[in-house]
Amino acid sequence: MVVKTLTGNYAVAYAVKLARVQVVSAYPITPQTTIVEKLSEMIEKGEMNARMIRVESEHSALAAVFGAASAGARAFTATASHGLLYMHEVVWWAAGARVPLVMAVVARAIGPPWNIHVDHQDIFDQRDSGWIIAFAQENQEVLDLTLQAFRISEDPRVYLPMMVGLEGFILSHTMAPVDIPDQELVDSWLPPRRQPYVISPDTMYSMGNIAPDEDHYMMRYSMAAAMEAAKQVIDEVDKEYGEVFGRSYGGLIECYKCDGAEYYVVITGSWAGDAKKAVDSLREKGVPVGLVRVRFIRPWPRERLLEALSGAKGVIVFDRAVSMGSVGPLFADVAQTLYPLGISMKGVIAGLTGVDVKPGVFEEAIAGFIKEAEEGPVFVPSEWLLPRKYRGKYPSIPREVIAR
Amino acid sequence: MLVEIRFHGRGGQGAVTAANILASAAVLEGKYAQAFPYFGAERRGAPVVAFARVSDEPIETHSQIENPDIVVVLDPKLFELANVTAGLKEGGVIVANHAERPPVEGNYKIYCVDATKIALDMGLVVSGWPVVNTVMLGALAKATRIVKTESVVQAIKERFPGRLGEKNAEAALVAAERVHEC
Repeated sequence: MVVKTLTGNYAVAYAVKLARVQVVSAYPITPQTTIVEKLSEMIEKGEMNARMIRVESEHSALAAVFGAASAGARAFTATASHGLLYMHEVVWWAAGARVPLVMAVVARAIGPPWNIHVDHQDIFDQRDSGWIIAFAQENQEVLDLTLQAFRISEDPRVYLPMMVGLEGFILSHTMAPVDIPDQELVDSWLPPRRQPYVISPDTMYSMGNIAPDEDHYMMRYSMAAAMEAAKQVIDEVDKEYGEVFGRSYGGLIECYKCDGAEYYVVITGSWAGDAKKAVDSLREKGVPVGLVRVRFIRPWPRERLLEALSGAKGVIVFDRAVSMGSVGPLFADVAQTLYPLGISMKGVIAGLTGVDVKPGVFEEAIAGFIKEAEEGPVFVPSEWLLPRKYRGKYPSIPREVIAR
Repeated sequence: MLVEIRFHGRGGQGAVTAANILASAAVLEGKYAQAFPYFGAERRGAPVVAFARVSDEPIETHSQIENPDIVVVLDPKLFELANVTAGLKEGGVIVANHAERPPVEGNYKIYCVDATKIALDMGLVVSGWPVVNTVMLGALAKATRIVKTESVVQAIKERFPGRLGEKNAEAALVAAERVHEC
């Protein structure tokens, strides 16, 4: 074990090396590039025994990794934003073929206009593809989550690829202390690669051919069942990781200051850290508020959330992405989960396109919601929290307040 | 206690590296730290900024630093070219690469060191540019005590192994001796 100050991207690279990944393929895109640059350097120096496949696009990068993984190699790729969108077809292909592999997604806004800063739109765009999707809050968690991703993805109860999300620049280019575990310990904890089938010159196997519609339907059903099973695997893996490495994060969700809370913030990603500061400040003022950080957006932690929020009087959700014409994707899932509770709920769209959201802004929004909810039940599906310089100058997008 | 620091430099002067080394020095002492660049494009010679946070507690804040406790100014010209005191807290600290008191209005504690002279005297020159970032870290440590000078020296040597690191570390120590309130 050694503590180094590392960027989030280097934390990914160290985890990939520790997992003894055999094949890496990627196409450069900001803010991902330094992950594969570091891996390339490790391979070149002989510190890592892997093959780097250079390709002409992200579509090919994931195709190359998918091919290598199908042939039995532990494989990894990384991308962001437009690169991820360009991969999109193969994202679905890898999940449908049930081939375990790991991809880091350095979350970044989608253009136009050109923008290299963070939001969660790119990763939420992959929501329905059948990948396990997780988000880290800190660089240490980035390393731990990447290591855990191989274990989760290759678990026979799961056999689905996994994305590890980390926020562009906020984590990817920010240095912070990271404890790098010993290789021997990782070797003893991470079993040799397992996968449902291996394509080789000696085996007859067909994947992707035309199949009867009914059989295809049952493949979708089996993916859904694997997603359900993954919930337990994720919690188990995180707990066991804690026993071996001394760090665990709560599995599917992290509950922060939940004891004695009546109102809750629900959020995902590294800006949860700033929201926690707002919760701290409100707690000091005697406001009974807690925070649930959703670590896995797929599989959706329905049972864990219901358990954590069963006594809540109200929940405010912060989304750093939006489904145009509807609501924030996180809010949509929180609302369908908490519907039976009949409590006050509000969805806030904020921090899109890299707009910075400070603890004070969170605090104002949370306190405002609690005040409204104390006056009577409210249900606000989406409220756009405009950047400060535009606030009050534009009409609100129709805001539906449903009182029960 | 959380201390927020902003480094002002010109593209190529190593402001980002300075922030990174400061974070490493803090981590060597068992503290918590973050270091990050301004999240945008940078050009050689143009005014740039980099940031660091140092704390005794784990740091979970990820938003931008708007009200730093300390600013470090790597280039004397930046007092004319950039608003180096923007958002600096009342009573905040400025550590300046400046032979004498720089032209700054406001209630700040100002420390001066002629880092350019130290870099030139000690042969810290790359492509004709004096390298002042490590020099200024020595001054910063001595003036503010957010990290120990020895930790800065160790972090510099880890970042630049061999003779290069030794030269930079020596220069940081000279700056620690010469930095003074101005």
